Amino acid sequence: MPDAPGAPSAPPGQPLPERPARVEVTMTVNGRAYTRVVEPRLLLVDFLRNELGLTGTHVGCDTTNCGACTVHLDGRSVKSCTLFAVQADGRAVRTVEGLSDLTPPAHLTPPAPLPYQGRGEPARAATGAPPSLAGREPGGMGPAFSPPSLVGRGAGGVGLHPLQQAFHEAHALQCGYCTPGMLMSALYLLERQPRPSRDEIKRAIAGNLCRCTGYEFIIEAIELAAARLAGEAP
Amino acid sequence: MYPAAFHYARAASVQHAVALLREHGDEARLLAGGASLIPLMKLRLAAPTVLVDIGRLGELDGLAWRDGTLTIGALTRHADVADDPAVAEALPLLHDVARGIGDTQVRNMGTVGGALAEADPAGDWGPALLALEGSVRVVGPEGERRIAAADLFLDAYTTALAPDEVLLDAAFPVPGPRAGSAHLKFEVRAGDFAVANCAVAVTLDDADRCATIGIGLGGVGLRPERVTAAEALLRGQMPTPALVAAAAQAVMGCTESFDDVRGSAAYRQQLGGVLFERALALALRRARGERVEAMHA
Repeated sequence: MPDAPGAPSAPPGQPLPERPARVEVTMTVNGRAYTRVVEPRLLLVDFLRNELGLTGTHVGCDTTNCGACTVHLDGRSVKSCTLFAVQADGRAVRTVEGLSDLTPPAHLTPPAPLPYQGRGEPARAATGAPPSLAGREPGGMGPAFSPPSLVGRGAGGVGLHPLQQAFHEAHALQCGYCTPGMLMSALYLLERQPRPSRDEIKRAIAGNLCRCTGYEFIIEAIELAAARLAGEAP
Repeated sequence: MYPAAFHYARAASVQHAVALLREHGDEARLLAGGASLIPLMKLRLAAPTVLVDIGRLGELDGLAWRDGTLTIGALTRHADVADDPAVAEALPLLHDVARGIGDTQVRNMGTVGGALAEADPAGDWGPALLALEGSVRVVGPEGERRIAAADLFLDAYTTALAPDEVLLDAAFPVPGPRAGSAHLKFEVRAGDFAVANCAVAVTLDDADRCATIGIGLGGVGLRPERVTAAEALLRGQMPTPALVAAAAQAVMGCTESFDDVRGSAAYRQQLGGVLFERALALALRRARGERVEAMHA
């Protein structure tokens, strides 16, 4: 951690300068260290989006209600619109971009990515078979959902985290705006309670609003991911 | 809206925080978790010139059980209280309070000391401190002092702390056997502040009479109220339906109330009485040994 900013820069008894001093902030985001010099009032979500270019974390309501900006700070889920970046100085942040870095259990390891062949599903182009939801392998849609721009921004993984895969398969998103926050809240739950009840899932996502009213599918997706991570579902 | 610009100072110790507060006076505010202060700053209802960050003072974080008292450090997150099995066992109303605040993310940032010092009229920790006859320890330039719950809350958003004092911890006496307690609240929307909330702590004697009873009411008046009139009705008595109904009437009439978007004054007072009856029933079940989770309405 860099030297802690100790006191506003004015000798005792002297008036403070009109413009507050900027502060140096260093934090680890998805395992990679970043240092920036920022205004103290910069919110963490804007640090992530505007300073680091990690726009996966969304600003929904900006009033601590909707949870679209949920990230993990030292392993705990928090709303990054209600946190100054300087509060995260010296700490570890995980965002939705880091999800694909989390190594899933061996039986859920996504298959090696097929070469990206532009629009359309590579497998379909190769075989000529019609698209079918039945029998789709977890991670099978990985390449199409991993834009190359994510690589090198602290994500780097290819393929989806089991939670992302379950959200995809269970139709747990419509517009997708709330999804990054939903995923981070769901991840926080599963890290602490690997096999949650439906009530526990509802409580866990009570701080995340979905305006497409997709809660039922979101709950089902979290159940599906939990079952797979526990090795109890294909 | 973005918070107004401020000078940031990270306190290296409690004494450093006190010195910064003393130096900058009313222009300075303490930043703990920020769960309440940052939303107020975004609304520009608060625009401190200097923010003194005490969020890294580890000595203010955590729970300690000593000499029949649970001490909760000011920086302890609501989630840490909610998740502590010993709290649920010995002081279930504190478990109810912590578990019912905001949502997971808010409970992970918001602090017990911050909530007490903010003294929001609808806050949950104030009624709990009153019902359990707790106290807070604060430190200022003149040293430490202890403020009893009954003396802490002066008005809406106003406590007995001086501008250059820092709240260090809250102390809750741990009740003996045959004790039960509960906290219930009613919120219109999930995660919203409650319209009203009520904390009840009771101890039963061998004949199932209320040996001790404490009642704290929040959200109805401009500050949390200890309902001594209702306590006096029940103390030493069997909690019969007729007596409980009379005590609920005393709760409803214990303070003036106000109209706002969440409800009228009359509705708030009525709701306070209903929540008292339910919280007492839950506290009595727990005092008789039942393990039952509170269901906030």
